[in-house]
Amino acid sequence: MMTTVVIQTIARVVVPFLQLFGLYIIVHGPVSPGGGFQGGVIVGASMILLALSYDLSSAETKVSHKVRIAMDSTGALLFAGIGLLCLLAGGVFLEYGIIPLPMVPAEVRGLMILLVGVAIGIHIMALAASLFLHLAEEHDT
Amino acid sequence: MIRAKHVVPVLVLLGIGIILTMAVIDMPAFGDPEAPAHRHVAPRYIARAYEETGVPNMVTAVLADYRGYDTLGELTVIFAAGAAVLSLLVGRKLKEES
Repeated sequence: MMTTVVIQTIARVVVPFLQLFGLYIIVHGPVSPGGGFQGGVIVGASMILLALSYDLSSAETKVSHKVRIAMDSTGALLFAGIGLLCLLAGGVFLEYGIIPLPMVPAEVRGLMILLVGVAIGIHIMALAASLFLHLAEEHDT
Repeated sequence: MIRAKHVVPVLVLLGIGIILTMAVIDMPAFGDPEAPAHRHVAPRYIARAYEETGVPNMVTAVLADYRGYDTLGELTVIFAAGAAVLSLLVGRKLKEES
């Protein structure tokens, strides 16, 4: 794959802002439009931009295959774990308000909504990057 | 040219099409405030979502809290699909290397 120094410089400047914007959308999900799915895709797209403007191996060194698989599973497990935490606390599956934290139940639910968004974001960002990198790998070799 | 083996599929398709068209005609008008979807639990979400979850974005409150089960299922489906695709792609590469 051939890229020029212009593309590489622009990508190097844009990628951190893309990732910051994606994380902002994930964390700001409870307050403004957005959330885990949308923000996760933006962070994943920043890795795709890196792979397109440099090469696949440079993106691979930033987040290796093992790290992506681990993030993928962590996101899904974190969501399910929050649900099971509610069962342990004596409530119904995914009944966030029951989790005993030193806060008003409404605030606990708000916090858990944020955590669920982060879990979705971790899952989606790893999966979006993984799918592209592995499909591109097929063509590259 | 009409063949005998085409008659039954065409009739079945026509039947399904007529049923679907009748269902679409029976649907409430777009944005109708009296539609069943807007009268069931939606007013309660609008009235109570903020005081119950403390989250100003009602969409996120419904997505992650009231309909958390649905979102967990959605994430599980994406996880399963992603794991299947990745195992196919990575598995083939490992097979070629060996």
